[in-house]
Amino acid sequence: MAGDLIPEESAGLAVEVRDLVKRYPKSPVNAVDGVSFSAVAGEVFGLLGPNGAGKTTTIGMLTTRVRPTAGAARIGGVDVADDPVRARAQLAVVPQQSNLDRSISIRDNLIFHAAYHGVPAREREERADDLLDQFGLLDRAKDKPDFFSGGQSQRVMIARALMHAPRVLFLDEPTTGLDPAARLFVWDRLRELRDSDVTLILTTHDMDEAGLLADRVGVMDHGHLLAVDTPDALISSLEGEGTLELTADRAADGAVIDALTALSGVEQVETVNAAAEDGVPGPPPSESQPFRVRLYVSGDAALSVAPAAAVLAEHGLALQDVKLGAPTLEDVFIHLTGRTLR
Amino acid sequence: MNAVAAPAIGRGTQWRAFRAVLRRDLYVTWREFPAFLAQVILQPLFLLFVFGYVLQKLTYTQNGYTNVLYPGLLALTAVITAMQALAFPLVAEFGWTKEIEDRLLAPMPTSFVVGEKVLFAVLRSLAATLIMIPLGIIILGSIPWRWSDLPLFVAALVLGALVGAGFGLLMGTLVPPQRITLLFSLVFTPLLFTGCTQYPWPKLESIRWFQIVTACNPMTYVSELMRGAMVPEEVPHIAPWICIVVLIFSVTVLLIVGTRGFYRRAID
Repeated sequence: MAGDLIPEESAGLAVEVRDLVKRYPKSPVNAVDGVSFSAVAGEVFGLLGPNGAGKTTTIGMLTTRVRPTAGAARIGGVDVADDPVRARAQLAVVPQQSNLDRSISIRDNLIFHAAYHGVPAREREERADDLLDQFGLLDRAKDKPDFFSGGQSQRVMIARALMHAPRVLFLDEPTTGLDPAARLFVWDRLRELRDSDVTLILTTHDMDEAGLLADRVGVMDHGHLLAVDTPDALISSLEGEGTLELTADRAADGAVIDALTALSGVEQVETVNAAAEDGVPGPPPSESQPFRVRLYVSGDAALSVAPAAAVLAEHGLALQDVKLGAPTLEDVFIHLTGRTLR
Repeated sequence: MNAVAAPAIGRGTQWRAFRAVLRRDLYVTWREFPAFLAQVILQPLFLLFVFGYVLQKLTYTQNGYTNVLYPGLLALTAVITAMQALAFPLVAEFGWTKEIEDRLLAPMPTSFVVGEKVLFAVLRSLAATLIMIPLGIIILGSIPWRWSDLPLFVAALVLGALVGAGFGLLMGTLVPPQRITLLFSLVFTPLLFTGCTQYPWPKLESIRWFQIVTACNPMTYVSELMRGAMVPEEVPHIAPWICIVVLIFSVTVLLIVGTRGFYRRAID
């Protein structure tokens, strides 16, 4: 599956996107500018990029809600612009913001959704109960969605999407804003779906999510798809580098950075802080915040652990966490776009 | 991993989706029936009570004013109910609840989603207007009624509901959510008082400018058609055929422009 933007054999593709363009009226630039990719049945395809990269617009075109300016997109062989009704029967969408029907219970949300898609009455009742059970929502089946948390709404929306057994499931930022437990739960369900041959197309600006869930990742920025490949292949394109990420108990000064940079094999040292998206810098590091640095190492990063720990100890810092690794998707993104994603 | 070709979508599937969406709307209305009643009949009920009963008892209105008022109130109920059934939910669904997305992604053309909204608004309007008949009998003692003009009465009900639905569609898709209060003061109120519900249009001759203003409000023709059907001899009214022609024209324009607005909101 790795490598090609579009596999030569296009028969049997669940999703096929060719040279897709969207320009909104009055906008000087294309929101999506010539995007091409494809996905086969049972594949998880992740569109990775910052807010405003064109991911949601791309999904909008694939799900018949945004009219393409140029290019073509097919879902299960059906052109979304030529035959949107038939395309809709094959797909389901889990949006970022809840769009559940607030006037009826979550069980009725599932049942009516299936009715819209022509699932027979008895089947939709059974399927609703099965899915509510599977998603841990059976005890709340009769509740209206009003007071559901973000994670619960997300679960209901995924369950609803599955009611008509779609071939392709689109998820827009599926775990943004979820607590860690809810996020793991959603990831597990999505993996199960992939195993049942449903194609998942998800957008995310979360590297971990893309790396852990997606079989292939498309890196998107300014409406362009910069690269499409498996996470491993994308990462190994940044050859010969390893990383070592260290977390200490409190903030440190420049002397520590200098000392770490001086270690043999270390090529670059970067402090990591929880900066906000879109290049807006985060709050300045304070005394109470943990200190995180990433070391880019030539060769085996494990060999640098002991010397680096010693440097921290010399400066009176207690090491809290060590993360060894090859470069991540984040590094790939930086390499492709010249800036950080988060 | 060979994909089987996607099945063709027949008319049957599309109509099934349409019916399922309509069923959902009826289901919600049925479950919130007291709220529905309060929402649609409270205003005409009070108008009926104050103008038709209280003022009459205090002898501020002449005998026979109910002949003018009652058909007008039926017209008002028909138009306003259909308008409210469309405008407010649409503003909310496109603006913040996003509930409409699940319908827009159902396997049916977007025009079916519009059609269902209009049909549902008409059904709500018919229910509310018909409830006004027993209420009128209870409050007023008796209501003007002519079996011979039943077809005209039905035409007035349906065209009134469609005019209301057209207005609702137009407003629901044009008004941004933050302006919803403006909708009330700038649109509903003038529409309510220039629609000839409380006075017969031909009698406005003495206030010529106001007669022209009211002639521009489609609701006027619903009120006048209703009078033509219920009190043709007792109250002067615009000829029914003129009302019907104007209303068919208004409904067509409102629905076409409203549907365009809906498409603009539904598909980018």
